Amino acid sequence: MKTNSRNLYLIPYAAWIALFVVAPIVLIVYYSFRDIEGNWSLSNYAHFFTPVYMRMTLSSFWYALLITLFSLLVAYPTAYLLTKAKHKQLWLLLIILPSWVNLLLKAYAFIGLFGTYGFANAFLESVGLGRQQILFTDFSFVFVSVYIFIPFMLLPIFNSLEELNPTLIQAARDLGASPWTTFRRVVFPLTIDGVKSGCQAVFIPALSLFMITRLIAGNRVITLGTAIEQHFLVTQDWGMGATIAVFLVIVMAVIMAVTGRRRRGARG
Amino acid sequence: MTDSTIIRFDKVTLQYDGDDAVLSDVSFEIEHGKFYTLLGPSGCGKTTILRLIAGFIQPTQGDIYLSGRRINDVPANKRQVNTVFQDYALFPHLNVYENVAFGLRIKKMKQAAIDAKVKEALRFVNLTGYENREIREMSGGQRQRVAIARAIVNEPEVLLLDEPLSALDLKLRTEMQVELRELQRRLGITFIFVTHDQEEALAMSDEIFVLNQGRIEQSGTPTDIYDEPINRFVADFIGESNILPAVMVRDYLVEFAGREFECVDGGFHPGENVEIVIRPEDLEITAPGEGKLKIRVDSLLFRGVHYEIVGSDEDGNRWLVHSTRKAKVGDEIGLDFEPEAIHIMRFGESEEDFDKRIEEFTEVGDED
Ligand SMILES: Nc1ncnc2c1ncn2[C@@H]1O[C@H](COP(=O)(O)OP(=O)(O)O)[C@@H](O)[C@H]1O
Ligand SMILES: [Mg+2]
Repeated sequence: MKTNSRNLYLIPYAAWIALFVVAPIVLIVYYSFRDIEGNWSLSNYAHFFTPVYMRMTLSSFWYALLITLFSLLVAYPTAYLLTKAKHKQLWLLLIILPSWVNLLLKAYAFIGLFGTYGFANAFLESVGLGRQQILFTDFSFVFVSVYIFIPFMLLPIFNSLEELNPTLIQAARDLGASPWTTFRRVVFPLTIDGVKSGCQAVFIPALSLFMITRLIAGNRVITLGTAIEQHFLVTQDWGMGATIAVFLVIVMAVIMAVTGRRRRGARG
Repeated sequence: MTDSTIIRFDKVTLQYDGDDAVLSDVSFEIEHGKFYTLLGPSGCGKTTILRLIAGFIQPTQGDIYLSGRRINDVPANKRQVNTVFQDYALFPHLNVYENVAFGLRIKKMKQAAIDAKVKEALRFVNLTGYENREIREMSGGQRQRVAIARAIVNEPEVLLLDEPLSALDLKLRTEMQVELRELQRRLGITFIFVTHDQEEALAMSDEIFVLNQGRIEQSGTPTDIYDEPINRFVADFIGESNILPAVMVRDYLVEFAGREFECVDGGFHPGENVEIVIRPEDLEITAPGEGKLKIRVDSLLFRGVHYEIVGSDEDGNRWLVHSTRKAKVGDEIGLDFEPEAIHIMRFGESEEDFDKRIEEFTEVGDED
């Protein structure tokens, strides 16, 4: 009786998962084994493991790594300062707020800021550096991506810092540790879970960024995300697009499995 | 200041950002190699004093000296002092061995030396063989021992212990009281132990500081404080007692409960209003009409070792008696006591004046 009603409650959830998680993955896998004429084939996979796509994959990973790294470098100290601040909930809200704004709107805002006659160039000109090409560079791509992803990195780190028992910091100091040693040996190891969650939340979506690559990087940066978009919307080669997607899904699963398992090991 | 003074507080005042002072003008000296207890109700500033000694906070006013050196501005990691925290504060990501080795690794000690010292410290607290345990696998009592080992392995001159026994059950607590006292003797270093439990303080200490609302009310050996409390707060806080308003007729003669009694305290003005303390175990039950007082028994409780009898005299004063003899509720009984059992407290007397008066007059009284 009890288990029956519990199963009943599970139906909407199961239906949701089946419809929006399992079905799309099955479809993607299905398409990845179809060539452009609609025949069963492994040609998409053969094509994927050629230098063109490998270079694209490498560059995707490289940019995702850069974005994750810079987000972490900005977010960790910020989160740390936040936990010490007086009105931390308010500050947190102010930092989270931009993530509620649509990605496209933010991208367009940056086009305005970084454009030839934008605010950034006006500033550079006034300090005597002259106008620079900011938009459509690697710098602007990484900068804007980091800006967009910071809240996702900051939140889990902030939470793990908040959970940290402040007496542990005193204990480390009491045992002779300098502030830096205290950070290295106590604070950072005990907030590593937050760092891992933050890195997951940034690295995985950063791998498949596409809109920003066109708007901010002017298609100079071609990531796997861009390639998928192009195959589905422009070249109509759904099979190839699906193959790249399958690859990304596998990579994400591996990343989650690895970081997830370590986390349990450290805690449990 | 004597040579053996290791910690000195000189008129230390502490305010946490703009609030009322948590400590005001606290001065005391702590000698090398003794067991000290800071005793007082919750919120009176005991932890704050430990935090000042450890260096987690700085005094708002006044100076703190460690081995003769002013340490107000010395950071916590540079002080020869270690703390056993109230919640133990063991590092959850390190096992028992690494927790204990933490301070030694920071000193960049050789691995062989660390091994030897950690083993030694764990043996000291009876945890040999627990090196590879995770902290979460340890019981409350074991965690506490790890915390002690982690502190003493650094060979501090002073060990600060913030209510380390309060989380343990009664049996374990009594065991640990004995063990801690024993440990302090073996190490020969100064322990500053914080508790709000007066029995614990009386059982363990060489010297007790009784604190109340950020002030030291009285300091002294357990017997000093128990036998000669300076005021009502100390008398009440250190064990149960009968406290009554009284008038000094003249030195060595005091009037309370409608009668005059001989006592052993002097140095008062004739007719001065005072309070007297008589400990419940100093009252002896006699036949009605025989003792110095007559009370009617209102309640009787068996406490295992003794009966706890509450009664009232003709003036309505309440009397608490501890006796191995039984009495019946409603009966009248007599109470007898020695002149030495009466301890007299002057209103608003400073500890200094109190000590001087006790020294000057009690001895004369004893010779009478
Ligand atoms: N960080 C702090 N900020 C403000 N007030 C504090 C702080 N820590 C303690 N207090 C206040 O100081 C007083 C003494 O605290 P504490 O020394 O912890 O007392 P105890 O250890 O004797 O229970 C309490 O009234 C407490 O509320
Ligand atoms: Mg406390």
